[in-house]
Amino acid sequence: MAERRWQWFHRLASPPGFYRVSGRWLPWLAGTSLALLAVGVVWGLLYAPPDARQGNSYRIIFLHVPASFLALAGYYVMAAAGAIHLIWRVKLADVVMSAAAPLGAALTFLALFSGSLWGKPTWGTYWVWDARITSMLVLLFLYLGVVTLRQAYASRETAGRACAVLALVGTVNIPIIYKSVDWWYSLHQPATIRLTAAPSMHPDMFQPLVVMILAFYLFYAWVLVLNVRAEILVRERRAGWVRDLAGEGESE
Amino acid sequence: MNLQFHSLAELFAMGGHGVYVWAVYGVAALVMGALVVRPLRRHARALAAVRSARQRGR
Amino acid sequence: MRSPNPEPEALPSLATGFAALLRRDLLLAWRRRGEAANPLWFFAMITALVPLAVGPEPALLARLAPGMVWILALLGTMLAADSLFREDYVDGALEQLVLSPQPLWVLVLARVTAHWLVTGVPITLASPLLAGWLALPAGGVPMLVAGLALGTLTFCLFAAVGGALTVALGAGNVLRPLLVLPLYVPVLIFGTAAVARALEGGDGSAPLALLGAITAVTLAIAPVAAAAALRVGIDG
Repeated sequence: MAERRWQWFHRLASPPGFYRVSGRWLPWLAGTSLALLAVGVVWGLLYAPPDARQGNSYRIIFLHVPASFLALAGYYVMAAAGAIHLIWRVKLADVVMSAAAPLGAALTFLALFSGSLWGKPTWGTYWVWDARITSMLVLLFLYLGVVTLRQAYASRETAGRACAVLALVGTVNIPIIYKSVDWWYSLHQPATIRLTAAPSMHPDMFQPLVVMILAFYLFYAWVLVLNVRAEILVRERRAGWVRDLAGEGESE
Repeated sequence: MNLQFHSLAELFAMGGHGVYVWAVYGVAALVMGALVVRPLRRHARALAAVRSARQRGR
Repeated sequence: MRSPNPEPEALPSLATGFAALLRRDLLLAWRRRGEAANPLWFFAMITALVPLAVGPEPALLARLAPGMVWILALLGTMLAADSLFREDYVDGALEQLVLSPQPLWVLVLARVTAHWLVTGVPITLASPLLAGWLALPAGGVPMLVAGLALGTLTFCLFAAVGGALTVALGAGNVLRPLLVLPLYVPVLIFGTAAVARALEGGDGSAPLALLGAITAVTLAIAPVAAAAALRVGIDG
């Protein structure tokens, strides 16, 4: 029984197995994430009421908050994959990690960019050293470190393990960095409106936000799987199953 | 739940905040589009490379 | 490969291994004391450039002093960190260390301690003088020195992780500081805040305690992480 239960795991954790299984997920992930994105964007831009104080500029929240969520969650995905690769030498985990790093960096950039453009009408400037923005900037640097370290190594195996160590060190430090930046900001608190929505956000604004957060999670999963599949093909291009796969397409 | 804007011009202007809102949504669309297209193209290129290697091998 | 029944006496204890490497590194540093003084030079010279850049008004300098001294201490310890593992990697001594019966993290800790004694401690000791150049009121000096003593040790620990991660990448790599600089953020925040509190006439011991906590956590994880990274670099 126990043997049987683990079989699916081993199949999923092998690159060809994951490639085959994930092919079946793709239409679902693509469909649900795109549909939810469309619903969330239309709802947030056209139907949600304007904010009493910030007017329409607050509509940036529907991108800013989900992007920030995924930027942070993505770091933990990356670090967890790195740990699995480092400890159990699961090849697929390294593929996931290599896919998660640039994806997380892109989402962090989006969070920063949207926060910065939101700041202009709200605070009258593109950049303030707000706690959240500063933490996001540090997170972007952490991501870029992992991305560049991977590119610096010629050997894929070495690069993967070095990046895993770096990501794990970053993981331990992220809570400390976030707390310290929050604390630092409370020392120098300028008189501004906080970017965060009030805890009791109006349901008409909150509901589209939830839709967008859900949409971003699905989008993240979709893009991660796409990247993992592409990376698997590149890494296993000399394997028999990839050659067979290429042959199938050819005969049509 | 009502439509908040009554004309296209109003939708684009967003009460003066349109530039910021649309710039954010535009850049997000570009970045997220690129995030999807990049792995798809990489996937297609990898398959094509394997295919041409097969042909040369034959 | 260890023999199946290692004699207890045959394996030196952790403390012996630590002390032996520490002594070796300090001796090497002493033989090249000119080079070892470079971080301190750097620290002093850049401090002298600050008034030239922003103007000599004492009020402005005093405002900038805690932050500038902290940032320069950060740069000073980092400047020297490139040599932490590089030479041992090039001449093969690092492989001997990895193969030695001592856990690698103990040896990393010894190396970091030596590095801290050679760079961090002189910078800490020189900081009251240089803070004086920048017109820092005397009230901030004790917190500055206490914070820098802990802070430079943390910087050295993180620099070891960065150095270990990039040891196989060749000399003059600019990547190393980029990898670990984000990790310096909390240290800088609490270190400068302790001085600022003391200057306001308050008690800076709360941020100093937080800084100490960060140093303790880093002391626990950084040697292990650096050891893991060194193994990756050697195997790869």
